[in-house]
Amino acid sequence: MMLLRTKLFGQTYEFNSIKELLAKANEKKSGDEQAGIAAGSAAERVAAKEVLAQVPLGVLRDNPVVPYDADSVTRAIDDGVNETIFGEIKNWTVSEFREWILSNETTGAMIRRISNAMTGEIVAAVCKLMSNMDLIYAARKIEVVTHCNNTMGLRGTIASRLQPNHPTDSVDGIRAAVYDGLSFGSGDSVIGINPSDDSVGSISRLLEMTKEVIDDWEIPTQNCVLGHVTTQMECLRRGAPAGLIFQSIAGSQKAMESFGTSVEQLDEAYELAKKYCWTPGPNYMYFETGQGSALSADANFGADQLTMEARNYALAKRYDPYQVNTVVGFIGPEYLYDSVQITRAGLEDHFMGKLTGISMGCDVCYTNHAKADQNDIENLMVLFAVAGGSYIMGIPMGDDAMLSYQTTSYHDIASLRQATGYRPLPEFEAWMEQMGLWKNGQLTAKAGDATIFLGK
Amino acid sequence: MRVVNDMDNVEEIVARIVAELRRLEAGNDVTDSGGVALAQQPGTSDSDLVIDLPDPTTPQMRTRCGIENPADPEGARNLIASTSARICVGRAGARPRTETLLLFQADHGVTQDAIYGVVGEETKEQFDLFTVQSAAADREVYLLRPDLGRRLSDEGRRIVDEMCVKNPDVQIVVGDGLSAAAVTNNLPNIYPVIAKGLAAAGLSTGTPFFVENCRVGIMNDINSIIHAKVIVLLLGERPGLGIADAMSAYMGFDPEQGKSDADRDLICMITVHGGTNPLEAGAYIVDYVKRMIKYSASGIKLREILNSSGE
Repeated sequence: MMLLRTKLFGQTYEFNSIKELLAKANEKKSGDEQAGIAAGSAAERVAAKEVLAQVPLGVLRDNPVVPYDADSVTRAIDDGVNETIFGEIKNWTVSEFREWILSNETTGAMIRRISNAMTGEIVAAVCKLMSNMDLIYAARKIEVVTHCNNTMGLRGTIASRLQPNHPTDSVDGIRAAVYDGLSFGSGDSVIGINPSDDSVGSISRLLEMTKEVIDDWEIPTQNCVLGHVTTQMECLRRGAPAGLIFQSIAGSQKAMESFGTSVEQLDEAYELAKKYCWTPGPNYMYFETGQGSALSADANFGADQLTMEARNYALAKRYDPYQVNTVVGFIGPEYLYDSVQITRAGLEDHFMGKLTGISMGCDVCYTNHAKADQNDIENLMVLFAVAGGSYIMGIPMGDDAMLSYQTTSYHDIASLRQATGYRPLPEFEAWMEQMGLWKNGQLTAKAGDATIFLGK
Repeated sequence: MRVVNDMDNVEEIVARIVAELRRLEAGNDVTDSGGVALAQQPGTSDSDLVIDLPDPTTPQMRTRCGIENPADPEGARNLIASTSARICVGRAGARPRTETLLLFQADHGVTQDAIYGVVGEETKEQFDLFTVQSAAADREVYLLRPDLGRRLSDEGRRIVDEMCVKNPDVQIVVGDGLSAAAVTNNLPNIYPVIAKGLAAAGLSTGTPFFVENCRVGIMNDINSIIHAKVIVLLLGERPGLGIADAMSAYMGFDPEQGKSDADRDLICMITVHGGTNPLEAGAYIVDYVKRMIKYSASGIKLREILNSSGE
């Protein structure tokens, strides 16, 4: 039997299952309210946290929100758990786990070891007991360093994905936006294009163009065109030069199916990437996630969006990714209503990714019908950097010409570096200095001029 | 009032402004100036300040190069012309220049006004549209609960049942969606084209009306009362930055519970601001409706029929 109950101010609150407890312990999110699973009152939310704090980690592993036998994502996660390490922590309560993470005696390396015993439910549970400052402070301790053509995640660095999208995939238009971004020092995480045409021909063309720019200017970075993973796999088979292989992922088998993908398909993509990507590796994969994707596919199985998101990271870990980012405000106000919820979700996702042991960036963004604006995402960008986030997006003035949403800009990554003292990824910083774009931790007079790349 | 304090040489500035005014009087395009259009009228004392600016949102103003001393000025123009992305805007330190920042804020501001705006009565009266509510009682609920925007309120159902002719060939519905401006700006152009086109085709159009806090799926709910052959829903789109008045036209044959986008046809981005012109879109809609009625189908099913018939 399982009894999950507490009193608060004399009133009794009881919860019927771990899944219900997790949902009601979540910070207020419009998506959970839309799903009808959120706490009914602020007091009930805290009551759920009180109870969750006393749940042993082993119970969370034994009660995944989607059953092991019914779901390939649950199986992929559970099969990946290191049993020896799990054995050491399975009797810890969530409260004890939180305090262990926060303790000054616990180093980042110790947390990285525990990462190998995490399931999505465990990570989500401890996240729910963390305040925003807890999330920043704890994530800051965890250093996850990956390597493809660049070295990502070193303390004191922050990278930027150059996202030069164009409404009709014009090669010239995208090249122009690439030059513009490079001139500001964006592009060390990846030069990554969201295509509007998901065909092998179009994606191969963009891979070839970006590889040409990388070769011509000897830029230490990697390229990626974020079409469907099957299209990229076909491009690889036909010899197109891809640096990273991308796919959007979601927290259940059914939600993965709504994205037209599966664990088996990603297994195959990973093998193909190791075989054909032109970059040195050893990390070749790139995933995007975001709270609410499972619910929007009607594939959340009554679980809250934070727990479903945590499962993404545990799944991503199977592929030793170079980078993963949450696209935190993209999904719209029916999942994350305003800047308070978007900010919270950005910090949660980063913490959960790092605790799971993956390299974590954030597309700090919003849509025009969310109650948020550019000032709000500039705030989150700074919080994210202080938390030790690996990379943000770089888009001309933060206005995506193809996807109709707003995120961080080419100016923002340069400003963030200058304001915080963080630096570009080391190989890329050396290139920027050699190009005369960056000196003593700031842009030079030459920077911000895309036309310097018109010489070749 | 003296706002500008750093005028070392007032005469020089006045001379510059006088030249600017003469140039304007000569009929030159102000947007070519590429600079400040701050005018202090000649002959007035320097305690007067007249700021009279050109519109920074015009295509010419948007596509100016903001880079100070670009290595290749001609090249910069070519880069800018190759994309609608906001490139070659220059910088102030690592931050955007003032004009770039304010243009962005203007573009975002107009989206907010569109989303939280209300379609005026005069627009509805022009086409005799009465108004009903979806089950989403206000804008906040509308944004939070997409499911409620797909149903009429109880009161709305009663009014529609009472006011509307049943079983017409075509039922036209107008909804605010995520942009009031889309309806206000485009309805006067698109609506007459549709109404005349359908009448000329001999199709009956029932009693059109307006739905507040409306989402696409409401077509199914409405047709459970009206039983039209085809429903045409004109709906404000989610505003993109800088284009806040785009309308979409959703069309479905025999909409009913459970039908989805796959069962519908859609014309999106209807706007005079870089999309499909509303007059043109109106004509497309009439064509679509005629085919839907001819083949008793819409969406994927209609496409399959048309493909196999070679039309």
